[in-house]
Amino acid sequence: MVNGVVPRLARGMALLLASVVMALLAAGALGPTAAASGQEESVRGRLEERTADDERHPVAGVRVFVEGQGFVEETQTDENGDWLIPVPQPGSYTVTLDEATLPDDVVLRDPDDNPWSGDVRSGRSQIVRFNLGEGLTRETSTINRVIERTAVGIRFGLLLALAAVGLSLIFGTMGLTNFAHAEQVAIGGLVGYTFAATMGIPLLLAAVLTLLAGCIVGWTQDAGLWKPLRRRGTGIIPMMIITIGLSLFARSVLQAIYGSSPRAFPHRSDVVALGPTRLTVNDYISMAVALVLLVAVAYVLLRTRWGKATRAVSDNPALAAASGINVDMVIRGVWTAGAGLAALGGMLLGLSQQVSAQMGINMLLLMFAAVVLGGLGTAFGAMAGALIVGIFIEVSTIVIPTEIKNVGALAILIVILLLRPQGILGRRERVG
Amino acid sequence: MDWNLLVANAFHAALGLNAIAYAIAAIGLNVHFGYTGLLNFGQAGFLAVGAYGTAISIVHFNVPYLVGALIGVAVAVLLALLLGIPTLRLRADYLAVATIAAAEIVRLVIGSTVYARWTGGSSGFSGAFARTFYNWNPLPAGTYSLGPVRLTADRAWFMLIGWSLVIIIALLVWLLVRSPWGRVLKGIREDEDAVRSLGKNVFARKMQALIIGGVIGAVAGIALVTGEQSVNPQTFNTQLTFFFWTLLLLGGVARVIGPVLGAVLLWLVFSVTETVLRSGASAGWVPDTLVSESQIGLVRVALVGLGLMLLMIFRPQGILGDRRELAFNVR
Amino acid sequence: MSADATSPSAPIRAQVLADVPPVPGAPKPDPILVADNVTRRFGGLTAVDVEHVEVQRGVITALIGPNGAGKTTFFNVLTGFDQADTGSWTFEGASVAGKPSYKVAQAGMVRTFQLTKALSRLRVLENMRLGATGQRGESVWRALLPFLWRDQEESITERAEQLLSRFKLDHMRDEFAGALSGGQRKLLEMARALMSEPTMVMLDEPMAGVNPALTQSLLGHVKDLRAEGMTVLFVEHDMDMVHDISDWVIVMAQGKIVAEGPPEAVMANPDVIDAYLGAHHDAPVTEAEEQQQLAEIESDIEAELSAPDESPATEPSTGGSS
Ligand SMILES: Nc1ncnc2c1ncn2[C@@H]1O[C@H](COP(=O)(O)OP(=O)(O)O)[C@@H](O)[C@H]1O
Ligand SMILES: [Mg+2]
Repeated sequence: MVNGVVPRLARGMALLLASVVMALLAAGALGPTAAASGQEESVRGRLEERTADDERHPVAGVRVFVEGQGFVEETQTDENGDWLIPVPQPGSYTVTLDEATLPDDVVLRDPDDNPWSGDVRSGRSQIVRFNLGEGLTRETSTINRVIERTAVGIRFGLLLALAAVGLSLIFGTMGLTNFAHAEQVAIGGLVGYTFAATMGIPLLLAAVLTLLAGCIVGWTQDAGLWKPLRRRGTGIIPMMIITIGLSLFARSVLQAIYGSSPRAFPHRSDVVALGPTRLTVNDYISMAVALVLLVAVAYVLLRTRWGKATRAVSDNPALAAASGINVDMVIRGVWTAGAGLAALGGMLLGLSQQVSAQMGINMLLLMFAAVVLGGLGTAFGAMAGALIVGIFIEVSTIVIPTEIKNVGALAILIVILLLRPQGILGRRERVG
Repeated sequence: MDWNLLVANAFHAALGLNAIAYAIAAIGLNVHFGYTGLLNFGQAGFLAVGAYGTAISIVHFNVPYLVGALIGVAVAVLLALLLGIPTLRLRADYLAVATIAAAEIVRLVIGSTVYARWTGGSSGFSGAFARTFYNWNPLPAGTYSLGPVRLTADRAWFMLIGWSLVIIIALLVWLLVRSPWGRVLKGIREDEDAVRSLGKNVFARKMQALIIGGVIGAVAGIALVTGEQSVNPQTFNTQLTFFFWTLLLLGGVARVIGPVLGAVLLWLVFSVTETVLRSGASAGWVPDTLVSESQIGLVRVALVGLGLMLLMIFRPQGILGDRRELAFNVR
Repeated sequence: MSADATSPSAPIRAQVLADVPPVPGAPKPDPILVADNVTRRFGGLTAVDVEHVEVQRGVITALIGPNGAGKTTFFNVLTGFDQADTGSWTFEGASVAGKPSYKVAQAGMVRTFQLTKALSRLRVLENMRLGATGQRGESVWRALLPFLWRDQEESITERAEQLLSRFKLDHMRDEFAGALSGGQRKLLEMARALMSEPTMVMLDEPMAGVNPALTQSLLGHVKDLRAEGMTVLFVEHDMDMVHDISDWVIVMAQGKIVAEGPPEAVMANPDVIDAYLGAHHDAPVTEAEEQQQLAEIESDIEAELSAPDESPATEPSTGGSS
């Protein structure tokens, strides 16, 4: 072992951990007080559709408002149909379900359920039940359902692509499967939430700040951890295990700061009814931002010197180094940009769903699916893969329960590994 | 600080149900990673199918306890085949992604309402389905005490059988890995092509290793079911797999005793931190919020994460491993 | 202790090839390996394009050619470590085309690798034992019952020790193979290949990176193999060495067989000299060359991105190109 490497590495690690913890603590201090005390009052529930044959399907993405005691808050149901809104104090509240955000074929069984009014007692989490059932007339044709789901899928796919590009680039240049990429997404979501919801910074500015924060996290990570490890000649498998450790550690720190209940951005925007699609203005803005950034990434990779160097490193690091490319610089850039994009992806995803410390890990496998589908290590492949995964997941909900929609995507991942492991755009491994 | 409490808690943690199940699961992982170099990030999935296979067949089909356990094992073999056939011909990291995905599929499916009739959905189910096991208990009923430690007869019986099982499995693995079969695995761990060039069917050996390690994982799942008499999908999340990785790396990869030592130490550390934090909280020098049930879980995960990183960076061979054998620079 | 001196059959073997015309694809009196129309393409590059080639049984054949000629790829294809795009080939009269690599090895065609694959985290003796074929203890059930395989293990160990002392590695038998020098690893890899008692050994650059003191003994070992009746096909760059030990030389350039013949004849062949001088490229020397190479890499990437390869990604690093 090279002398002095261990102290340098230890210093790097310490620096990294310290800065991560500091950054998170700072964000946490600005953030709402963590829901860790368990003494808070809240209203919550699970929104499930009961079908004619008594199956229950969770209904995600439905808006729920709570009002009372001079307090107004809203949230959306998550993929399990769960929703939770903490309220500031005990008292009587009114909970309203935004029926416009229900899927077209789902209706309230009993319209008197909505709105709900009642008391929230001290220290209690009051359960509010809305019974949902199938509409008597399924007016929407399958084709409209497909179009509507495809639109949602494109939105999700674009954001997934934004989040996954970094994963793919890091794999390409370092050969590293980075499990901690999930936390980069979660950090983005939570920090973005802190900026936009807690501090009230305008959304677009908050997005820019989130991107920057992500870049800083990525840069620090490479400087404090990965570069010293590369210097030391740490193998790829140990590095992969280190990313797992980092992922577990960062996630628990995030959760300690932000608590475990998901939070929804308070920003509301109008639904744009374009044909059968029901995306909101914010959705369209998110999609535009993601698209612009993805095109920018493509441009950088194809046209700039740094991008070409990146592709050369992905192609053959040894040869690239021999031809005078500064491989370390390339990798540093990839970490910085990749983490930044992941963070922004996290924030934009949070806008349409919810943010929590778990949000990244929940979608890590979808990112893997996208990256593998597109071909490990090719950025363009990851983008294409993410779009396909996004659309596939959403459209598949027409036939399979929403609750297990991700299972389909993961099964596809395994099938691709079987049929075409190099992915759609991937190349065969070079020998030697 | 209450030292008796500390000792009693430490005893239950280090030698109790969790340590037993974790040790068995990690022995399986050791067969995968330690001896064959297979990156299995979905060991939790094998535990899950073992546990649910057993529990469901006992509760819904009224099969005897041991038949239920056999069914759990059989499902694990199926899972290994399903996973191995597509991925074992591919590079190591593809297996990593496929196994973690498969384990998540298993967890999502058993936790979904779609199959809740069988699995109990997201809250799982419980029942006295290991009653037969405890009926076999020859120890007279009552409470046994050992210094500050107290044990019911059933607990003692479980620990007795559990540790015997750990020893038997470790012995079997020991026999396997010092045979020519084990030698082929170790060759594969380092360079498949070299082994192939010597006329060995690498795919078949890897598949055997995957099945054996997976079955051992399923046995760990069955141990959990037997000890807890309940199943819950949340138990089998990805974190569980990474706990196994951590304790395996702690004890020493590619050492038969490594995972056993690792499991005992991991739970010792968990127990001691928890007891210290709790008594700190009651003494007032640790904030109360840190010792709520969910926060203790968080502290554990944080410890595991940090431990995993530090181990890999500074002591990848763990406590018992041989650094020269374990410079696992798998491509 | 040259094998030629001790082996009475050596001159006869040389004679066997005396009537073979020195042209590419020449038929041999007793070919052990026959390949037809073997091609392997990587994207736009045709790495191997061999119309017809035969390898004579029981002699040492050298496969030479400039860097990137496709020798390693040809080895990989023949031994099942890479998939050919087209072609058929037979070993001892039976087709082995498309067979998995371990089956090819079991058929008796055993290869070594250009980048040595000594299993450095196994001990030297374990490396050797691993080479033996037909081990009973390699079945998972019998592995659990040591008395079923212990006798065989002992005879394997004995054979391993004999080979180790022949290769002068016996003093290292309990070391991790990683502790050996580069040359010793080459020796170990060769000895390990011999443990499987092959009929034909294919050595990919056995002398590369071996210190000169060891090359002579390596050469001796290769000649010994011939004396024992094995067929040897080996890749080498050093002309003197090729001249010294080979009975027949096959020259590859840009994937094709461009010449064949006895060593003297081949080395005098102007086509061969052309092939070597024409296609040699080395590590970059000047900045201009460096830029040139970078540009080449870039255009490679572009080409590969626009024309994705069809074949599945199996394991990387079979052999390796220089
Ligand atoms: N997996 C691969 N992908 C792309 N090109 C390859 C691959 N393997 C070999 N090549 C190319 O094929 C050609 C032949 O290589 P090789 O067989 O290693 O040559 P040799 O062994 O004669 O030096 C070289 O141009 C090399 O770059
Ligand atoms: Mg070569």
